[in-house]
Amino acid sequence: MPNTEKIARLEAVAKIVREQIVTMIYQAQSGHPGGSLSAADIMTALYFDELNLRPEEPGWPDRDRFVLSKGHTCPVLYTCLAMRGFFGMEVLSTLRREGSILQGHPDMKRCPGVDISTGSLGQGISTAVGMALAGRRDHKAYRVFTLVGDGESNEGQVWEAVQTAAKYSLDNLVIILDRNRLQNDGACADVMPNGDICGKFTAFGCKVWEIDGHDMSQIVGALDEIRADGSGRPKCIVAYTVKGKGVSFMENVPVWHGMAPNAEQYGQAMKDLEEGIE
Amino acid sequence: MIQVKSTSHATRDGYGEEILELGSLDPNIYVVDADIGKSCKTIPFSRALPNQYVNVGIAEQNAAGVAAGLATCGKIPFVTTYAVFGSMRMVEQIRQEICYPNLNVKIACSHGGLTPANDGASHQAIEDMGILRTIPNMTVVMGADYQSTRKLVRAASQIHGPVFLRFTRDAVPDIYDADEEFTIGKGKRIREGSDVSIIACGEILSLAIQAADQMVRDGIRAEVIDMHTIKPLDRQIVEEALTRCGKVVAVEDHNIINGLGSAVCEVAAEMGTGKVARIGIRDQFGESAPYESLLRKNGITVENIIATCKEMCL
Repeated sequence: MPNTEKIARLEAVAKIVREQIVTMIYQAQSGHPGGSLSAADIMTALYFDELNLRPEEPGWPDRDRFVLSKGHTCPVLYTCLAMRGFFGMEVLSTLRREGSILQGHPDMKRCPGVDISTGSLGQGISTAVGMALAGRRDHKAYRVFTLVGDGESNEGQVWEAVQTAAKYSLDNLVIILDRNRLQNDGACADVMPNGDICGKFTAFGCKVWEIDGHDMSQIVGALDEIRADGSGRPKCIVAYTVKGKGVSFMENVPVWHGMAPNAEQYGQAMKDLEEGIE
Repeated sequence: MIQVKSTSHATRDGYGEEILELGSLDPNIYVVDADIGKSCKTIPFSRALPNQYVNVGIAEQNAAGVAAGLATCGKIPFVTTYAVFGSMRMVEQIRQEICYPNLNVKIACSHGGLTPANDGASHQAIEDMGILRTIPNMTVVMGADYQSTRKLVRAASQIHGPVFLRFTRDAVPDIYDADEEFTIGKGKRIREGSDVSIIACGEILSLAIQAADQMVRDGIRAEVIDMHTIKPLDRQIVEEALTRCGKVVAVEDHNIINGLGSAVCEVAAEMGTGKVARIGIRDQFGESAPYESLLRKNGITVENIIATCKEMCL
């Protein structure tokens, strides 16, 4: 498929992903829309183009792994898994309901396609390192992708994990930083400045790509370069994003980190996503 | 009859030797070290089996997470550290990434209880088993001596799911022969008696055996149980002790809060039968001192076990 066609297809999918995210959080009246929407384009590129998966065989040993280290943004993961056929689309309306496979944070024992349970920040990336290390030791061709938040990288464990990935030259590990510049209590710059985040990942031994995390051709381009990269180093994509991307009243507003829209707001959000916003 | 021998070994040596043997037999057995492999006796493993060895440096939380990731790929990692770090520095990682998904990761910890005596309070793990005991899916085990530690490490590798294994830093008396068998979750009755039951965990078992044997001359027949697994607790053997003897003395190198003694009390309270006395660390921090002196300060002695038993039998 020519690249422009692929980009257009992925952009169309990302729009549906966003609609599903907002809808499931509205239906649950609980969840984290902001960081789900900021990651929607990246996750679409991963699940609808990059990852080597078998939805009919979720535990396929040679599959690429994905670890949602920022586990609270699972609505974006659940949407991608449902749209890829790991479970039915109708399951999305059970988010956070008693007995649902779609727990408030991802549960590998309940939800097909979830490679590890996450939800406590800073921990997922360590498990991704373990998976990548096992792949290396077993001479497997699979790769491991993990999505980490910029707020999450306040956690020291993130850096413990990165230095381990560098020590073991885990070039089958791709860390994607969702650089949306907001965290629970406000702007990262105020709560805990990230400083030179690209420089930090570089200094810790990663090869770093900086992209606009909402520009599908940049996302796909970085993933293409990473696939061909022979540096032998762990990869890191620093993706500059907007928290709440696509919904006018959510964009860059900290409170939408973890709040569900009411009926009126839901209507507005769906209109924004349908018509687009400036 | 099982006797306290005149020889002694640190049970961490038992771990180091057993894990090397297990790793040689099964390429999925991994050791994840956090820069104290030397003290935890995993250096021979690292040399013999470098492809099954990971050292993440002084980063215990990451060690637990890396092990969880390895386990999702079919490995059986033994995260190896000191009991203070293995139960507290990385406890939330154990809970979230190992116990909640019920992954096949073992937490193998040297320096249990007061045995890092000279290191002082910072390194003495007096709360570890109690903390781990409260996490769903976790199994909590401490062998009494070198041979039982080897057997229990092997048994832990053969059951699926998280296991916390605790070893001594210092040499402790040998008790068992190499052909003795152990089952995780099954206490071992090593003295029969119906006057009082002494239930012990870890290296303190040697004191319990000596106490029971000395009480024979006073006409007191004490049962002795090696309760190497405090979770899942062998409820049946505790119920039998409470029914037969009515009196139980629980002895451990752990805080009296939430360790073996508490677990036994839970059974007694639920049965509404029997009386339990707890001998252990008296809810106080240790200090740098000889091991025996620290035990004495907490009444973890043969004399106090005897005195407690006699008081209960009056």
